[in-house]
Order: sequence, then C-alpha cells, then structure tokens
Amino acid sequence: MVATEERVAITLAVNGRDEQVSVEPRWLLSDVLRRECGLKGVHVGCEHGVCGACTVLLDGEPIRSCLMFAVQAVGHQLTTVEALGTADHLDPVQQAFWEAHGLQCGFCTPGMVLTARALLDRNPNPDEETIRETLSGNLCRCTGYQFIVDAVLLAAAKRAEDAEQGA
Amino acid sequence: MTLAAFAYQRPRSLAEAVEAMAEAPDARWLSGGMSLLPMMKLELAAPPALLDLSGVEDLRGIRDEGDFLHIGAMTRHVELARDPAVRRDAHLASLAAERIGDPQVRNRGTVGGSLAHADPAADLPAALLALDAEVEAVSARGRRALSVQDLLLGPMMTALEPDELIVAIRIPKHTGHRQAYTKVPHPASGYAVVGVAVAIHEEGGRVRQAAIAVTGVALKAFRAARAEAVLAGQAVDQEVLAEAAGLVCDGQDVLGDVYASAAYRRQLAQVVTRRTLEGLR
Amino acid sequence: MALRGQSVPRLEDARLITGRGRYTADIQLAGQLTALMVRSPHAHARIRSVDGDRARALPGVHAVYTGQDTKGVLNPIPTAWLPPGSDLATTDHPALAWDVVRYVGDAVAMVVADSLAAARKARDLIEVDYEPLPAVTGVTEATAPGAPLVHEGVPGNRALFWHAGASTDEVEAALRQAEVRVRLPLVQQRLIPNPMEPRAAVAQYDPSTGKLTLWATSQNPHIHRLLVAGVLGLPEHRVRVIAGDVGGGFGSKIACYPDEVLVAHAARELRRPVRWVEERREHFVATTHGRDHVEEVELGGTRDGILTALKVRARANLGAYLSTAAPGVPTILFGLIVNGAYDIPHVAVDVEGVYTNTTPVDAYRGAGRPEATFLIERLVDRFAREVGMDPVEVRRRNLVAADRFPYTNALGITYDSGRYHAALDRALAMLDPGQVSRHREEARRQGRLLGVGVSTYVEMCGLGPSEVAGAVGFQGGLWEHALVRVLPTGKVMVMTGASPHGQGEETTFAQLVADRLGCSLDDVEVMHGDTDLVSMGWGTYGSRSTAVGGGALSVALDRVVDKARQVAAHTLEASVGDVVLEAGRFYVQGVQDRSVAFAEVALKAHLAWSLPAGVEPGLEAQASYNPTNFTYPYGTHVAVVEVDPETGDIHLRRYIAVDDCGPRINPMIVEGQVRGGVVQGIGQALWEGAAYDRQGQLVTGSLMDYALPKARFFPPIETDALETPAAHNPLGVKGVGETGTIAATPTIVNAVLDALAPLGIHNLDMPLTPERVWQAIEASGWKAAAGGQGGVQA
Repeated sequence: MVATEERVAITLAVNGRDEQVSVEPRWLLSDVLRRECGLKGVHVGCEHGVCGACTVLLDGEPIRSCLMFAVQAVGHQLTTVEALGTADHLDPVQQAFWEAHGLQCGFCTPGMVLTARALLDRNPNPDEETIRETLSGNLCRCTGYQFIVDAVLLAAAKRAEDAEQGA
Repeated sequence: MTLAAFAYQRPRSLAEAVEAMAEAPDARWLSGGMSLLPMMKLELAAPPALLDLSGVEDLRGIRDEGDFLHIGAMTRHVELARDPAVRRDAHLASLAAERIGDPQVRNRGTVGGSLAHADPAADLPAALLALDAEVEAVSARGRRALSVQDLLLGPMMTALEPDELIVAIRIPKHTGHRQAYTKVPHPASGYAVVGVAVAIHEEGGRVRQAAIAVTGVALKAFRAARAEAVLAGQAVDQEVLAEAAGLVCDGQDVLGDVYASAAYRRQLAQVVTRRTLEGLR
Repeated sequence: MALRGQSVPRLEDARLITGRGRYTADIQLAGQLTALMVRSPHAHARIRSVDGDRARALPGVHAVYTGQDTKGVLNPIPTAWLPPGSDLATTDHPALAWDVVRYVGDAVAMVVADSLAAARKARDLIEVDYEPLPAVTGVTEATAPGAPLVHEGVPGNRALFWHAGASTDEVEAALRQAEVRVRLPLVQQRLIPNPMEPRAAVAQYDPSTGKLTLWATSQNPHIHRLLVAGVLGLPEHRVRVIAGDVGGGFGSKIACYPDEVLVAHAARELRRPVRWVEERREHFVATTHGRDHVEEVELGGTRDGILTALKVRARANLGAYLSTAAPGVPTILFGLIVNGAYDIPHVAVDVEGVYTNTTPVDAYRGAGRPEATFLIERLVDRFAREVGMDPVEVRRRNLVAADRFPYTNALGITYDSGRYHAALDRALAMLDPGQVSRHREEARRQGRLLGVGVSTYVEMCGLGPSEVAGAVGFQGGLWEHALVRVLPTGKVMVMTGASPHGQGEETTFAQLVADRLGCSLDDVEVMHGDTDLVSMGWGTYGSRSTAVGGGALSVALDRVVDKARQVAAHTLEASVGDVVLEAGRFYVQGVQDRSVAFAEVALKAHLAWSLPAGVEPGLEAQASYNPTNFTYPYGTHVAVVEVDPETGDIHLRRYIAVDDCGPRINPMIVEGQVRGGVVQGIGQALWEGAAYDRQGQLVTGSLMDYALPKARFFPPIETDALETPAAHNPLGVKGVGETGTIAATPTIVNAVLDALAPLGIHNLDMPLTPERVWQAIEASGWKAAAGGQGGVQA
C-alpha cells in the first residue's frame, strides 16, 4: 500500500439520497460535503476538532465532520442541516432557535441545531444542565448560550405538543 | 484543510486486517480517529496507509463472559457509557466514558483507540487500571493478553508492537464495588487536568479491596499503591481517607504545564481523591 | 401595532438557521484558484532569502509571491488612526515581509495554485532562510534599556506616547492631599478574538472593465475598499468590496490585513479568481489580538468615600505593526473614560504604546473601554476596602447624579444621559440581600467562600461625531448613510452603510421602517455590505450600527414620509400640513373618510401622472447622519461566585445585568447582545489569555489550549433594562454591542476578590485560573479549617 492521491468512487448516503462522489482517501468529510455535495451549511470553524461548527449527524448521532475522512462514512446515514427543514417547513428545533433568538451570526448554528436535535431524539425532555453539557462540544462566540439553551427547552415543548396532536 | 496523502483500506475481518498490516508495516490502524486525525492535521503523524477497522465485526460488541466483561476494541465511548452490563458490573468504565471529551467525541472515539493512543490525560486508562482490566492484542505472530498496567508505558507509548492491534478489553466484574470517577477537565481541551478513578470493595465495614487510579498527573495513568495500602483492611473514617489521599501521588513525577504546575496538580489530585473517597462513603 | 419595542424574531434567521447563509468561504467561482500563506515561524528574524522556484515548478502552481516581488508593487498597509500629539512612530507594514519578520505568523510568501492540495505541496517546497534575531514579547521587557528593537528606527520600541486630562503635577498634588490613596498594578491580558467564522477572502478581477471584486469577511467594506484600493494602487471606483454573511467579528474583522490585499493582488495579476480561507490555527497568530495592557493606577479620596483624584499610567502592547485602528484603542477609546461613571475632579492619563514581536493588537469587543472600566472598577473596590466602606456605598456617593446630565468629565467628554443610581438600585433589588446571606452561610458550612462583585460602568460608543474623529486623528468619518427606496408597490428596500455580522440590524432596521411607514416587516428588505450597492458607510464596530446607522435611517424615513405626504396631500386635495400618516394610511387630520394608503401614494409617486408642482417622480430618500456626540450606555452588573479554597476553583452562582442603552427597538436582540457580551467578558476574567514563551512562540495557539467559554460554564444570566433616551440621537438609542463585555470582567474579578478578602488577598491577575487562585490562597497562609468537610466535588 502506498500513499495515493488517486480518487476512489464512493457512495455517501446524505440526507436520504445516495450521492456518488469521487474522493481521495485523505479528503475530510466536511470538505466533501461542502465541495462535492454542495452542502455549505456544514461550516468549518477550527478543523482541529473543538468548535463543533462542522457537526453533522452520523446515523442520527452528532459527530465532527472535520475529524472523519469521507471514505469512513460509507455505509452510514448522514444528515446535515439542509435536511432538517426549509424556511417554509422548519424542524421544531429550527423553529425554536428562531423564536428564542438562539443565533446571532449563524456560523455555529447548523452544528448547534443538529446537536440539539439529536439530544431531543434521545431525550425528549432534557433539563437545563443536560442541555448545557450536551452543547459543550459546540462553541458559540455570540450568544452566551442562554438563548440557545432556551431554544432547546422550547423545542422540547414544541415536539411534545406536536406528538400530542399527532396521537 | 488538506492532509498528506495516504492509502486507505477497510478490511472486512480480523484476519484480513492482520494480513494487510503484515503487508504494509508502516500503516496505522484507524478506529475512531479522534486522536489520529488531529495528529495528522498537526503533521505530528503522516502515515502512508490507514487500515480502517470499522468493518471488522470481531472488534465489536460487549459480552458477558462469566467473571469478565469482554469489550470489543471498536466499542465507542458512548456505547460503553450506556451499556447496562457495563453499568452494572464495571460501572467505573461507564463513568469515565461519559466524561470523555464531548458528545461528538464520545460518538466516534473507541475504547481500543483511546488505549492504544495512550494520552497521559485520557480518562479511560484510569478507570481500566482501577478495574484491573487487560487487553487482548493480535498480530501476524498471534494473540497475547496484557494488563492495562503493562500496556501503558508513557505518553503516547504502549507495549504494543507497531503491527499489533487491540482486539478487546477484558474487565473483571466489579459488581457490588463502590465506584466513582472524578475529573477536573481542562477548560479548553476537555482532557483531565486530574482524573481519579476509585473502586472500593468493603466487607463487614472494612475495606477488602481498594483501587485508586489517577490520570492527567504523570506521564501515564497510574495506580496509587501507597494510598490503596492505607485503606486496605481499614474501617474507613475521615482520617484514613485523608491519609490515603495525601499519598495519592507518592512516588510519581508529577507533571506541570502552562495551565497547572506540578505543585498545583499534586494538590488537586489529593483533594479530588479525598473527595471522591468521601463521596463513596 | 407599533413594531418599535417588539421582540420580533429576526428576519435574517430563515437563511442562517437552514444552512443557507452565504459566507465568504462558501463562494465558489469558475476557475477559482486557492491561496496559502507562508508564515514566519520566528518572532524576529532577518530574511536572508526566499526561494520559491521549486514551488513554482510544481504542476498546478500559478504563482509564488514574496516580499521582494511585491515591494514597490503593493504599498505598505497604512494605519488609519493617527492620534495627534502622540509622537506616533509609524513604520512600513508590508503585506509580505521585505527583509525582516517581526512576529510568528508574519506573512513571508503566498502561493497560488489550482487546489488546496497543490498549494500545500508548493508551500512545503518554499525555502526561507532566516537569521533569527532576539525578540521581545511583553511591554516591560520591550521598554527595558537595551531591549532588542522591533523596528530599527523606533528607539525604545515606543510606538506612541499620549497624555490626557490634567497635568501629572496637578493630579499628584491632589493625590498627596487625599486622605486615602490606593494603588494597583494591573495586567489586562492579551485576548484572541476567535469569531466562529475564520477570516476569508475571494477576489475576482475583470480585465475588460478593470474592476476588482473582493468578497471579504469585513465589518466595514467601505473602509476596506478605501484601504485595499490604496495598497493595490487601484482607483477606488474600480474596487468593489462585498461582505456577505459574516460569522462574527468582535473587532477582528475591522482591520485591513495582508491576506485580503494579497488575494486581490494575485487575482489582478493572474486574471483568475483567487480564494483564501484562514485556518483556525492561523487565526491565532495572523488575526489581530485584543487588550494587553500593563498598568499602574492610583486613586485618592476622602475617608467619607468621596473620590478626588485618579492617575493612570498604561503601557499598551501594540504588537509588531500598527494595525488599522490600533493607535486609537489604548488612547482615545480608553483614556477619555477612565473615570468611569464617577465624578472625579482630577484625572491624568499617560499611555505608552509599545512595539513587540507579537501579533498586532487592535480593537476587540469594547476596544479600550473594557480596559478603562476594569481599572476604575477594581480601584473603587480597593478604595472601599481601604476606607472600610461597602463598595456599593462608595459607588453610590460618587456616581454622576441623574440631574447632572449632560455631564462633562475631567477628560473633556460629555456623557449624554443616565440614571446611574436607579440602575444600581434595580440590580441590588434583583440580587436580594437576604438570599445572598443564606447562600453565604451555606457556602461557609460547605467550606467554600462566597463573594459578591459589582461594577457600575459607563462606556462611550455609537462612534461618533466626525468632527471628533478628525480631532482625534481617525482617518475617516464616523457618520453613517442610509437610503430608503420605496418601490411602486409600496415595498421598501433599505441600503445601509452599517455592516452587521450577527447583530440583527436587518430586523431592527426593518422594524424602524415598518413602524414609520405602517407596512409589515415582510414588506422591507435591508441590504448592506456591498460597496456598489450602498453609496457610503463606515461599518459596524464601536456599537454604532443602531445608534448611528439607525439615526441615518430615521432621517431618511422622515424624508420619504415628507415627500409622500406632499403626494398624498395632492391626491386628497388637502394642504400638506393637514395630512398625517397613521398605520400605513395618509389621512386628512380630523376627516377619517378622506385617506389614501401609503402604497397607493408610492404608486402615484412613481407613475407621476399627477404630482404637485416641484415634486420629482419616484419615492426614495437618503440621509447621512453625523452624530453630535458619542452615546453613553451604562448599567450595573452584579456577580455572585463561590471559591473552593482547596482547589482555587471558581463557581459562578449568579450573574445580574441591568443595562440602559436607551429605548430598545427589539428587546430580545438587545438581551442577546448583553448576554453574549457578558459571557465574553467573563471569558477574560476566568479563562482566556494568550501566552507567549520567551522566544515569542504563542503557547496558546489552538482551541485546545486557549479556552473559549462553553455552554456548561454558566448559570442563566439575569437581565433587566432601563430606557433613558439619548437626547441627541434621533431614535434616542445608545449602543449595546459591547456593554456586557465591558461590565462583566471587573464584576467577576471583584466578586472573586470579595470572596478572598477575608484572607487578605486584594489583587490577582487574570485569567483567574484555579491555580492562580489557589496559589494566592496558599500564600495567604490560610488552611482549610475542617479539611474541606463535605466539600464540593471538583
């Protein structure tokens, strides 16, 4: 085996679609999602695995796409912020971030929203401490976090309400 | 960001993995990548080939083996933290796993990867040392078992041969032991400035077995033998705990860095140990 | 319903929340090349040679630029603030170092290639031969006799010396006469801004028109146009700067950096679009830092707690070059408000700006005012301790009283309005002294020390009158521009010279428009950040966008309404003076059934079939608002902390912020600014701090070492507001973008020192890391009485 810049054809399951992409093994998942799949909502903030702006969901769980090679994602389901909702049909988490002013510059927002969404999928009724602990892998320099925490609490309430209405 | 190029292979079985490594001795194993990728980005590592272990079924799963729990090396921290058998029989491993990094790290990082990386401030080594765990490693030359104690040699140094692979961790069941892990995380990195893992087994009001392991303080995680000896056989009171805690760094070359000097780390380790022991009473 | 004062959700969020924001790094142009910088690994070195030949020979590499290549082609990057009377020693700041590198991260060469991979490979092949020189990183060593010189022509590394206020003799005499004097040595450590979006630039040159377009992460695209055109030697009208969505700035995206200029240069030379995106680790060394003061400060007063004299001597580390606004930060923005919210008759300020072999220092959230606030708030606490009085009581006795506004301080600036005592009372009421006593007792029982810290701050922002800008040497105007364009259907487009990057002015401004014209928010689009779209603007910094940009918008709206009223009066066959606009309709006063909708008037204005004499077709107006003063938001912040004496760990138990930034257009956005600012200020107090080693290497060079505040570090921040209008501002508003950061740092430090006061500890340097606190406790001779019985889990 020798180091290679040759590309390999892989299929990534992104946002419910199969994307055929040709990648070098060294390409980071974050770069491939942005460049090859055009998903610019994957933000690259530090690339050394701290800031969490590049967070995407891998099989429903938040991971840093800058700490993973695209080739490693084969066989997994990837979800980026683009799949959560559109301006007309927001995910309850996005809706809550909007209503509770959970964002300012918006750069950390896709990662925050995805981490929050995964938390609520696992734990529909988290307390404030759990929310703060869970969001501590996503840095935000603008909000001071409080409105983000409020947004997650609000999203939990919205989801509970939706579930009740659905039942 | 662009990294140095490498060849990539995802073996489908343990045999295939071992064979691939035999053919490409400069290759590195890739498990969760939570430490390897940052090292590659910092150009501290530039492996010509990566063998991705995620397709090897033999490295997965948590099994009850009578007196032991068998933890596949590719078990992710999040799985270790949540697994009911681990929480029951080796609770300390769960407690340490749930304090690692942040959710994103726990969702990708693996038990085997963390041990093989041997960061002196990692959480799991302390817990696994306290639990007297051992690792099972394979290479083209065969299988061997070694204790976590013997595995860890120093910062980013283990007794593993370059081609050797951790297959599983075996943890003796500690059902009924009182266990706790206390961590003081670095505010930026989240690594332990001090992490103390304790498992105590009492019978008839006396300590039958005490295990105290510390991470973040020395060049590798260690068992605090003198502190353990103070507790052994004792009916524990405040004074005994304080005495034991005072000895927790005994014989260790305590690390100092920009964030925490050696003197402060020693103090912190003693206070954290004492409080952890108190919390278990 | 009036939209002013409503917490409406933000209009910009729909795109940001769905990942459809358009940040500079998202731009992908056909044929785009990638640039990478080669940066100095040395803090100070002579460049013997730079050899880019091997790199140039690589496939996919289009160019390698060096200092010598660009010398004479690119003008040095100028500083844009030249405080008069400061003996400012300016030096050439080349985009790429010519002969000497002066800090780790100083750009030496730039490679441009087809791809990032090719650029990286090329970068590794560029050989730079350095002759290392001795380096200085701190102001103390840099000003010591015989210290190595950062610039050969600048003796003593003294970049500037600036004095304000009374003569030193006068103030020293006042201090001698004072019954009580307290002195503090203060270090306000260097901070690294770290907006979540790194800097980025994409440039495209059109040879057929000679026009250069630069997309950049900018807080002030018009200033960037001016400076970039100057450095490139291009006429200003052939440069277009576009700031799309910008992911935070905090001052770090004000400056004109080498990188943006170089990318533009390469695009012009290569006739291909060129893109550069900063890596985070690059950000740590190549983007301006903040603060970095070493101060000796002294305060005198009476035993009754009346303050009489203040002497400040500050040495400010400016780094290796004078960044765009750098000389004004530790002088004007700091020195003129060191007395804070207190009426102190005798004040003298000396500031020495110092060159060092470190990353240039420039504005960082608050820029000068946090440094001023920190020193006075620390001094007041220290003074109170000395006279044996409650720090709150000392504040109460010295705060400028509500009936004294406008109040001119001893340094000559005039505070507009305020109810300082009322804010203090409100915050103390929220604190609830009974609860504090219970918490204090609970903490004591558990072996912890509880402390309460207060800061009653005021700051000057809403920069600012242009005449003042001129008087203090700022090489620009500080007015703001707005254009309101009403379309034939009555929909409204607003172009503003403000350049918000997270502050939410797309919403705030739309609220002002909708409120005034009676349309819905959805009928308004606010555009900004494009120099071809917006005729002029000075950008977003110094908490000026709503105060100054909003002021311009307000005046422009008045003009639109005036014109529309004329058209409406003509339509309604009434006299202009009788026509009023209410809820989107013009009425003839007192005659409810004679009315015409604003949108209909807009249509008539555009059709121009029948306009009153002398009225031009169309319906738009612009305004340039030049404020007559800064604005002066103020407030009281209170923190309750617990200190674990065995570990030095600080637990933030409560934080209360009561602020007055005038009438709030969108209270939710204001609260967001306050809370975000507070957390950033607490960051300085507790975690953040850049550290250099003796060789000038940054040892806190990544997010693994430099601690940014995380969600789990904080309790909820309790807020309340007063609304005292600024009489001189069309909207009555003051700025709020920086208040939290300005107030929070001393609040926290005062709280911790309150907790430690029983141990005789009166001063600590920031950040207050557990070790620092523990060392101080150890040195005080204190020992845990009961061995930390039942203490907290660390």
